[in-house]
Amino acid sequence: MNEMQDYKSRLSDPSTRKFETFSYLPAMTDDEIRKQVAYIVSKGWNPAVEHIEPEYLMDNYWYMWKLPLFGETDIDAILAECKSCKDANPGNHVRLIGYDNFKQSQGASMVIYRGNTK
Amino acid sequence: MAKKYNAGVKEYRATYWMPEYTPKDSDILACFKVVPQPGVDREEVAAAVAAESSTGTWTTVWTDLLTDLDYYKGRAYRIEDVPGDDTAFYAFIAYPIDLFEPGSIVNVFTSLVGNVFGFKALRSIRLEDIRFSMAYLTTCDGPPHGIQVERDIMNKYGRPLLGCTIKPKLGLSAKNYGRAVYEALRGGLDFTKDDENVNSQPFMNWKQRFDFCQEAIEKSERETGERKGHYLNVTAATAEEMMKRAEYAKEIGSPIIMTDYITAGFSAHTSISRFCKQNGILLHVHRAMHGVIDRNPMHGIHFRVLAKILRLMGGDHLHSGTVVGKLEGDRTATLGWIDIMREDFVKEDRSRGIMFDQDFGYMPGMIPVASGGIHVWHMPALVNIFGDDSVLQFGGGTLGHPWGNAAGACANRVALEACVQARNEGAELEKVGGDILRKAGESSPELKVALETWKEIRFEFDTVDKLDVAHK
Repeated sequence: MNEMQDYKSRLSDPSTRKFETFSYLPAMTDDEIRKQVAYIVSKGWNPAVEHIEPEYLMDNYWYMWKLPLFGETDIDAILAECKSCKDANPGNHVRLIGYDNFKQSQGASMVIYRGNTK
Repeated sequence: MAKKYNAGVKEYRATYWMPEYTPKDSDILACFKVVPQPGVDREEVAAAVAAESSTGTWTTVWTDLLTDLDYYKGRAYRIEDVPGDDTAFYAFIAYPIDLFEPGSIVNVFTSLVGNVFGFKALRSIRLEDIRFSMAYLTTCDGPPHGIQVERDIMNKYGRPLLGCTIKPKLGLSAKNYGRAVYEALRGGLDFTKDDENVNSQPFMNWKQRFDFCQEAIEKSERETGERKGHYLNVTAATAEEMMKRAEYAKEIGSPIIMTDYITAGFSAHTSISRFCKQNGILLHVHRAMHGVIDRNPMHGIHFRVLAKILRLMGGDHLHSGTVVGKLEGDRTATLGWIDIMREDFVKEDRSRGIMFDQDFGYMPGMIPVASGGIHVWHMPALVNIFGDDSVLQFGGGTLGHPWGNAAGACANRVALEACVQARNEGAELEKVGGDILRKAGESSPELKVALETWKEIRFEFDTVDKLDVAHK
């Protein structure tokens, strides 16, 4: 285990691309995703769902999945939107955002379903 | 009623001690901690401080009568005991806004911490806090961008940012230095940093360093798909040279540059900050020499004041101390000046050493930077103390990883994200942080090795500059 390892990351290998917060952890389980949704709701932030083809992940603007879910606090309803975005866009990264309108920023932003980078 | 001219020395208190004065909203207020020489009473000393930091001279001069000195003078309006220290007292002074050139912290400080600090009637004096009126504050530039804009530029949300100072701080060639930058960035850091004393030495000219670091940024961005930056230190011997280096950083597309605001001087720093605002470049600010000024609890300037003036002069990042690492910083006091960096309004709070309400008006916040002697095991405490709007910088804690910079960076990034995820799930990080890190290490060999490398390191020196609290 402690023998020196190579750090595997290549320009030529799209599967080594990262996508910001939580992309260095293993993909989240459904239960873990639920907890992050609950966190966004508990903060009073507005959830929003976006997606993109993995090769364009560095773009500032991903495709919005409908409008942000303003005022939505039902965790199951938010998860359902995430799921339907994923089903409609197989292979794309799907990220969940918590818009903090008081700070005029995103309080949270995380890819919850990872796209196909093979 | 016109006054008559009487040459000679008057007691300061006759003119400058005004306990009945109610400060105006436009006044600039200061609180000094003063130890008088034996036999000099408090009111006289407080009045002397007000005089010597505003209009006063040791003797009356005839030209005093050509103006309205009673309007322009500083006013000592309150005296308070210092908790836990009978030798010292707090002197509160109000200064009318017209005493100062608009937008010039240089001018304010030349008055407030000028001659008075060498004044013989005092054994020691320390500027504990300062209240800038809204009227004065709006004449200053403020941070070039602020926290929200930086998040948008760098595309980082919902977590602290991660940085690293490149080591060894001196002696690397520009190309080898760029290699260290590239490795750290590709491993998962958001930023790397020039050390404060990296300027333009014979072994590494600034221009080559800028070029190689920029290549490192661009390649690591393409490789990781994430935004990266390196704080290019533009601090130099002259303001013109600093501006030249800042211009070049802009030309090659660097997202962020840095200065040392105390050693470079407030004027040079403020010029660079204005340049950054006009050109969309983030500004990281280091604070070399602050320890000379702020560490002695009886004499000098408290760091909360140095932080506040930087926010007015302009900076997007400022080093704040870590609370947990090798450098000085009492936790409660640190939380106080972190608020001064980030919040829109900071309330008077004696328990944190904050003596005045401070409204920052339209000024965006600065990101506090925790840097120095920290490693992965400190991560849970750091995330808890600093929250998301911070930069956590691990120098040795990245580059000292047994497998190199990329693995060290990755270990820190995994640890950071694991802590943020757990915090969002409701975990109390400073209680269960060890378990969170160990669990995250199971799926990250880089983190596992880092946890084994640094387990035993501890920094537990007593803080020299403690808050004033009764301890008798």
